[in-house]
Amino acid sequence: MTPDLFSAMAKAVVDGDPETAAGLARTALETRIPPAEALEKGFIPGIQTVGELWESGDYFLPELIASAGAMKAATAILRPVLEASGSSVAGTGTVVIGTVEGDIHDIGKNLVSAMLTANGFKVVDLGADVKLPDFIEAAEKSSADLICLSALLTTTMLGQRRLIELLTDRGLRGRFKVLVGGAPTSRKWAQEIGADGYGESAPAAVREALALLGKAKS
Amino acid sequence: MIPGRRPKLDLLSPALIDQILEEAFLVLERTGVSFENPEARELFRQAGQAADDGTQRVRLTPRLVERCLATAPAVIDLFDRSGEKSFRVGGDEVHFDPGSSGTRILDHQTLRERKPVTSDLVSIARLTDVLAHLHFQSTALVPSDIPGEIADAYRLFLALLFSSKPVVTGTFRVAGFGPMRDLLSAVRGGVEALRAKPLAIFDACPSPPLRWSRLTSQSLIDCARAGIPSELISMGMTGATSPATISGTLVQHVVENLAGLCLTQIVRPGAPVIFGGSPSSFDMRQGTTPMGAMETMMIDCAYAQLGKRLGLPTHAYMALSDAKTNDAQAGFETGIGAVLAALAGINVISGPGMLDYESTISLEKMVIDDEICALAYRLISGIVPREDPLAAHLFEEFGPETDFLKSAHTRKWYRIEHLLPGVADRDPYDAWEAKGGRTIADRAADRVKDLLAKNPPPLPDFALAAELRRIIEADARANGISGLPDLPVF
Repeated sequence: MTPDLFSAMAKAVVDGDPETAAGLARTALETRIPPAEALEKGFIPGIQTVGELWESGDYFLPELIASAGAMKAATAILRPVLEASGSSVAGTGTVVIGTVEGDIHDIGKNLVSAMLTANGFKVVDLGADVKLPDFIEAAEKSSADLICLSALLTTTMLGQRRLIELLTDRGLRGRFKVLVGGAPTSRKWAQEIGADGYGESAPAAVREALALLGKAKS
Repeated sequence: MIPGRRPKLDLLSPALIDQILEEAFLVLERTGVSFENPEARELFRQAGQAADDGTQRVRLTPRLVERCLATAPAVIDLFDRSGEKSFRVGGDEVHFDPGSSGTRILDHQTLRERKPVTSDLVSIARLTDVLAHLHFQSTALVPSDIPGEIADAYRLFLALLFSSKPVVTGTFRVAGFGPMRDLLSAVRGGVEALRAKPLAIFDACPSPPLRWSRLTSQSLIDCARAGIPSELISMGMTGATSPATISGTLVQHVVENLAGLCLTQIVRPGAPVIFGGSPSSFDMRQGTTPMGAMETMMIDCAYAQLGKRLGLPTHAYMALSDAKTNDAQAGFETGIGAVLAALAGINVISGPGMLDYESTISLEKMVIDDEICALAYRLISGIVPREDPLAAHLFEEFGPETDFLKSAHTRKWYRIEHLLPGVADRDPYDAWEAKGGRTIADRAADRVKDLLAKNPPPLPDFALAAELRRIIEADARANGISGLPDLPVF
């Protein structure tokens, strides 16, 4: 029965079906399957398949977003139990992400957020028009590995530079890696402001994030 | 004589136009549009519309929308800096201008993008001024050597100094409107003179789906008061910020643009407003917004048709490309776009010179695209019966000696009927090889140098230049900026 349950979990993620994924997560808890096992044997293999489908060109952004949504629905149920029991699952890392203050564009940020989730990151998504100190507060609170900053305007991209200055001022620059992205930004801009990484597209941002945390796929 | 026929592109059937408009009116009334700007909401409320300060949502009755459409002008006459030359924006008139607000420039020496500086913007204004098929100029780049706080007014300052053509521009900040209006009215000699002879169009973009930000609503309000034409730039991305279907995106496009239009007409009935946009087919692999996609161009031509049906002047971002360099993709995307836009009779077509998703300008591409625009103009000028009879009389003396190269008829008509290329290659192979086997981009680079060397900028008279300088320096000081970059000396 259990192997069937695990493959159903994987399938729910591959199909991008959040209701089924959440239902299966609850079934796991009811049937006393350890949440870590449900994630490791069920849902995470599902998201890995999604990654493969993306790489092979079979899946596009709408499928990716739907699968990330299913993954999120399942982890929302499993993670609290997991954390209450004191055990942890080998995640990819924790990311705080948002579009910097003054900028309400969030489509690019949402894509990166979904893809990071799909790749096993714990993502704290602060939304758009986020005040710079809020990024730092959220990063400290969640013990994040990475802060991802989006900006779509030439005027608001300056906020990316200010966040890095703010981290330096507070003596926190060494604690978090910073990855920037958005239409007006570039690798050169990232270097100029002293960011650790630059994501030209959502998939590139994920590759960069994995590389920054030393978890690059070969 | 039989009149010539202007070729025309109509993508939407009358029945589909009706359905799109009906659904748009329904969405305006039932769902409404969010206006983040409290003054905008208050203006709608005073006009008898339901405006909720909590959700920021404003619902618009069909009655109000009809009333606003009735007062919005069908035609806007723009004037150049001298106030003597006018350009009709309306009907099926076609005017091209360089794509606007790029953040990078393609360096022909290195074939890589780099950050633009003031002197690049000066070159663009000067080049636009001499390219005959670009009727308007645009504030095409955001220069990196000027603080972002005053970039909007500073770009307009440069445009007004270095080209006499009307300007397509826009604000980056609420406080940018004042100095920008002052620059424009300084040229005209007063606010009322500017209202009588508009010199610039201000772009204002809603944030899809169904939202007008504080800044862009304020631009609509300020422009309507000053009589400066607003260009409504709805920009849904199919399947991301607007419905995935083209017809569905058109519904949203009409809703967003009409909400903006209503705001301008409430502020001042008769305020000039252009039904424009920058929507795109969203690439589901890269998450990018290809302007050269055929679906993007289909959306553009179709909403222009809807704008015409609503009796409004129209605009689109077409005749541009997503290529990163002046390669075959740059040419075909720009060429297809220019031709389709001209056939659709779009009044203001922003794009020439642009690469890389509306983000990079190339001076060489501006020259190439000017030639593409010439071809588009040639196409829409149509096939005209120049003489009656057309040709029968030319064959009366027909014999083995007949040679049209020698005939007076040829000398009379060939220049009128046929365009001669400037940078397109028509050499025989050997001649092309003998000249170094160069590409169109190489030839265009020569032409850029040649045009800039031979044509001194049309600087305004000293008093006006000094007044423009005074206005921009005051804006800089107000923003805590002490020095402005040196301008090239001519």
